[in-house]
Amino acid sequence: MSAILPPSERIWWNQPIDKLEFTWIAIALVWSLAMFVMMIWWHIYGNQNLANETYKTTKEMYAAKAQAVVDQYTVRTGTEAEKQFPIVKPPAGSDIYMIGRLWDWWPIYELEQGKTYKLHLSAMDYMHGFSLQPQNINIQVHPNYDHVIKITPNQAGVYSIVCNEYCGIGHHTMVGRMYVTKGGE
Amino acid sequence: MTTTYRICPRSGLQFDKDAEKLMRWHAVAGVLALLLGGIMALGVILTRWPAVKLLEADVFYMWLTAHGINMLIFWIIFFEMAVLLFASSTLLRCRMATPKLGWVSFWLMAIGAIMTNVAIFSGESSVMFTSYVPMQAKWHFYLGIILFAVGALITCFIFLGTLVVAKAEKTYEGSIPLVTFGALTACIIAIFTIASGAVILIPTFLWSLGYIREIDSLMYRTVWWALGHSSQQINVSAHVAIWYAIAAIVFGAKPMSEKVSRTAYFLYILFLQLASAHHLLSDPGLGSEWKVVNTSYFMYFAVLASMIHGMTVPGAIEQAQRLKGYNKGLFEWLRKAPWGNPAFSAMFLSLIGFGFLGGISGVMMGAEQLNMLIHNTIYVPGHFHATVVIGTTLAFMGLTYFLVPVLFKRELLFPGYAKMFPYLFGLSMYMVALVMMGAGTLGVSRRHWDMAFAGAPMAYEWPGAAYLMMGLTGIFGVIACVSAGLWILQIVFSLLFGKKLEEGETRSTPIPLTLPAPTPGGAAHPPATPGTMVLALIFLTAFILYYFVNWKYLSSLWGMA
Ligand code: HEM
Ligand SMILES: [Cu+2]
Ligand SMILES: [Cu+2]
Repeated sequence: MSAILPPSERIWWNQPIDKLEFTWIAIALVWSLAMFVMMIWWHIYGNQNLANETYKTTKEMYAAKAQAVVDQYTVRTGTEAEKQFPIVKPPAGSDIYMIGRLWDWWPIYELEQGKTYKLHLSAMDYMHGFSLQPQNINIQVHPNYDHVIKITPNQAGVYSIVCNEYCGIGHHTMVGRMYVTKGGE
Repeated sequence: MTTTYRICPRSGLQFDKDAEKLMRWHAVAGVLALLLGGIMALGVILTRWPAVKLLEADVFYMWLTAHGINMLIFWIIFFEMAVLLFASSTLLRCRMATPKLGWVSFWLMAIGAIMTNVAIFSGESSVMFTSYVPMQAKWHFYLGIILFAVGALITCFIFLGTLVVAKAEKTYEGSIPLVTFGALTACIIAIFTIASGAVILIPTFLWSLGYIREIDSLMYRTVWWALGHSSQQINVSAHVAIWYAIAAIVFGAKPMSEKVSRTAYFLYILFLQLASAHHLLSDPGLGSEWKVVNTSYFMYFAVLASMIHGMTVPGAIEQAQRLKGYNKGLFEWLRKAPWGNPAFSAMFLSLIGFGFLGGISGVMMGAEQLNMLIHNTIYVPGHFHATVVIGTTLAFMGLTYFLVPVLFKRELLFPGYAKMFPYLFGLSMYMVALVMMGAGTLGVSRRHWDMAFAGAPMAYEWPGAAYLMMGLTGIFGVIACVSAGLWILQIVFSLLFGKKLEEGETRSTPIPLTLPAPTPGGAAHPPATPGTMVLALIFLTAFILYYFVNWKYLSSLWGMA
């Protein structure tokens, strides 16, 4: 009779399926398959895919690598709000290491538009959330994992890196910066 | 020990008195958790409303932790345990297995819930309901959740035991009702969920006591979401069962096809718990192949199942209404539905909101690459308030209106408010979900005390539209909190002061179900459901458009490989 009673037709699995119901199931199935194909298609033809390249690391090892890049390519130290941060301008194609820690993103990189860099992400304490604004690219950052992402900035400007994984009482103060220049400057 | 049965004169349902008492206690405990969680919601929303910013940062994170846990875990699971008891002993008209153990389970859950709340409110446990390592809470935070889960696990086994009792004592003929089948699905998924929970929370508990030195954060997130995601599947199974139940109670609606609906439930069991990878799409260390297979092959089968239920429930209602003669045009069946009956309006708003807001957004952000657009933004709470608040909570609240006279034997007070409530709460929650998703699309973070970044040396300035959306979240959130608060008052007052209703006949042997004879001919050709099909196609169009708009958005970002 109804859904709160046992089915009135004892052999319910032989009942024919309503035509419209069947049509809907077919449509829903095709759509599910289309969405599946879309992800694969984007891996082949799309330009925004999260990299799978990840290494186990330790906080000390990762910090040392970041320090080495900073030592080699720092062009100036920030002024005013940026005063504690080295501003680092590595050549295109290089490995750049971003540290997430309570409560800042270190250092500040200056990149060139249209050039590709290997951005490494790792955390020194809790997890953090790399949220590049106003692009709105959001990536989870773990301690002890070194996540390598090839990035190609497509527009010059000043970008902020907001932390969007809750990391304690100072979470809302954890905002970093990244510069992208036109290039050739 | 003998069992006493009561036949409810208002619904014809038969209650085992032990089971009935347990159902009442579970429902009441759930509503208390909802009350606490609701007060927290008000604090959270008034803090995220940039112009108000009510709470200090430490209090905000404490209340947000309490909000998530009391709502998502304690309110929903307490209520679900009542639903399991109802769907087994009441619908199968049999005695409940091991009622004494039922009380052990109830008290374990209650003590666990209290213990975790004590840990949260005594500070140093503001780790959010996900309690990601390496951030550490006090040991009793974890222990409380473990006790609660053990209690719930026991009730799951009591549910299975009750099914065995009904079968052995032949209190029903043929197969179990569809609603019971849905509850069985929820129960099976719950057992899997709690097992995953044990795998991750017991070591974390030991770690908080110092017996384990370190827990890997990626491993934690992976296993935790096997718990966290599958528990959402319990909710979906449970509230879909309630949709079917309310359609049956209000309209006498019969499932369009038992075969299709049951197969769809079965897909939940097969695929849903595996879909937890969509919480890890923006994490390092997990391969794309795994992510794609896991979210598409597995998740889309579950999505398919939800799309099927989303059509068969209104389809069943349309058939029932057309059989009653509401045959004019595409939508007379819907226009002439009892919109003033809160059980129905809550169920229907739950269904539409769950599908259009929760479903579409969930599938969008579950696509591997698109996830980067919204990961950890307030889009995510926007999505799941459409699923767990509009979908699950609203359905439970609608069902409660039915339970007040039937289970609690009281007349509902303030019936005028009951008529309004589903619209007031439901539609304001639609708006909360929408504006949170809007703010999230602009990048605003979740779990974040201050979008103006007070005290940050290099603050970022969100666009004005983001502030507007968060302001609207505040306004609609307050409406939602107040209307839910009034709902709680209404229910509590009705239980305490509502007119006592007649118990109905009590007896010591159950009356077995008498099955209505199959209706030859008539049932074989139920009316077609063109109205439902049109609704479904509108849904599909919205779905496809929104899906591709987001790919377009993604394609404008920095290149990444
Ligand atoms: C009554 C109206 C409600 C309002 C206005 C509301 C509001 C909110 C807001 C604004 C957030 C996000 C805060 C942030 O991330 O910064 C949130 C988080 C959350 N809400 Fe609600 N909520 C309500 C009811 C519910 C209900 C009924 C449930 C569950 C059944 C629920 C479950 C959650 C969960 C699980 C979180 C996530 C907490 C976290 O991120 O750790 N909420 N709520
Ligand atoms: Cu952080
Ligand atoms: Cu943070």
